[in-house]
Amino acid sequence: MNINLTLIGQMVAFVAFVAFCMRYVWPPIVAAMAERQQKISEGLAAADRASHDLDLAKQEAAKKLSEAKKEAAAIVESANKRASQIVDESKQAAIVEADRVKAAATAEIEQERARTQEQLMAKVSELAVAGAEKILAQEIDAGKHEQLLKQLISEA
Amino acid sequence: MAGNGQEQTVSEYIVHHLTNLTLGKLPGGFERADGSIVAEGGEWTFAHGGQEIAAMGFNAIHVDSMIWSIGLGVIFCWLFARVAKNASADTPSGLINAVEMVVEFVDGTVKDTFHGRNPLIAPLALTVFVWVFLMNLMDLIPVDLIPHTLMLAGVDYQKIVPSTDPNITMGMALGVFILMVYYSIKVKGFGFVKELTLNPFNHPVFIPINLFMEVVGLLAKPFSLGLRLFGNMYAGEMIFILIAALFGAGVMWLLPAGLLQVGWAIFHILVITLQAFIFMVLTIVYLSMAHEDH
Repeated sequence: MNINLTLIGQMVAFVAFVAFCMRYVWPPIVAAMAERQQKISEGLAAADRASHDLDLAKQEAAKKLSEAKKEAAAIVESANKRASQIVDESKQAAIVEADRVKAAATAEIEQERARTQEQLMAKVSELAVAGAEKILAQEIDAGKHEQLLKQLISEA
Repeated sequence: MAGNGQEQTVSEYIVHHLTNLTLGKLPGGFERADGSIVAEGGEWTFAHGGQEIAAMGFNAIHVDSMIWSIGLGVIFCWLFARVAKNASADTPSGLINAVEMVVEFVDGTVKDTFHGRNPLIAPLALTVFVWVFLMNLMDLIPVDLIPHTLMLAGVDYQKIVPSTDPNITMGMALGVFILMVYYSIKVKGFGFVKELTLNPFNHPVFIPINLFMEVVGLLAKPFSLGLRLFGNMYAGEMIFILIAALFGAGVMWLLPAGLLQVGWAIFHILVITLQAFIFMVLTIVYLSMAHEDH
């Protein structure tokens, strides 16, 4: 157990190593560790934020989806309504048109019938006059009785 | 067993193992172990045996302790500086992880114990912890391996565990003591004198008694710090040497000695870590006390 110069030597070495550690070892390591800590906590915060954002986006998406569904349902409903309306309208129009066509046809038929009747009347009266002419021959003056016959036709 | 040709007794073996490789100045007229007389004015030389070491007194240096201690300190600095150079906020791996674990552990201990603001304390604690641990770690190297190998190379004595040398442990403890006194004066100023003279009996009459008690208490700190580490490591080393001596006691002792060797080595892993930790914590605590102004 000899105390000697080794004591001094060790003290000098001690000071040197502590100084070295203080200058070159401790600050960079601690700084790097602090920086990493900062980075990790930032990363965790960002992850939290991102998952929060994701939740919000999901909610938003669900809302949009249900809105779209509602809208689609409304569109389908209105389309149905419109379709039946169109069908009704066309039915109505068809009926009207049919009536109109029928009326026109009836009118035409009526007209035709009247004209035919008129012609037939004229023919019949001509035939009657011709027959009567042949029967009566000379006794009957065509000029004198034509007035009478025309009056008869217009009365008919 | 270590031997250089001739038979050695167990006590010679043990004493040999506990002797440092000492370079020192022998006084003029001293008769050396080989019979030669030292010339007038003294002579710097390597000591042969305890008597020569005793004759050298303070003018000697334990070359082995210094080489191993400084070598281990350089290993610590090199290793940690390499990590410090590569340290970045990226994902750490391997050695960087291990070093950061130690740094974080020391940082945590310092923050728990030391509440002042001093950029010296944490690096000091890290150096103390790792350096003392490395010096203690040398204890786990088989006691004969390096000394005997060096003896074959012509070096007579070799103690490879620096912390079994009181010069080494007291050197560090005195370094801590100087820092304690420095910071006490720096932080407390005249309050430090008051602390020494007016505690525990706050009356002028008791100043001499207070001063005596406080100075003893103050001096006890570095002594207990250095001698605790020295005592633990010296005792541990001694037991390793005794176990090693047991190997030479006969074939029937091989198995018990082997078991003892393994058991003590395992136990000693705890001891060396614990002693390094205690040295570090007490260093922090003492410096923390030096910073506390009452």
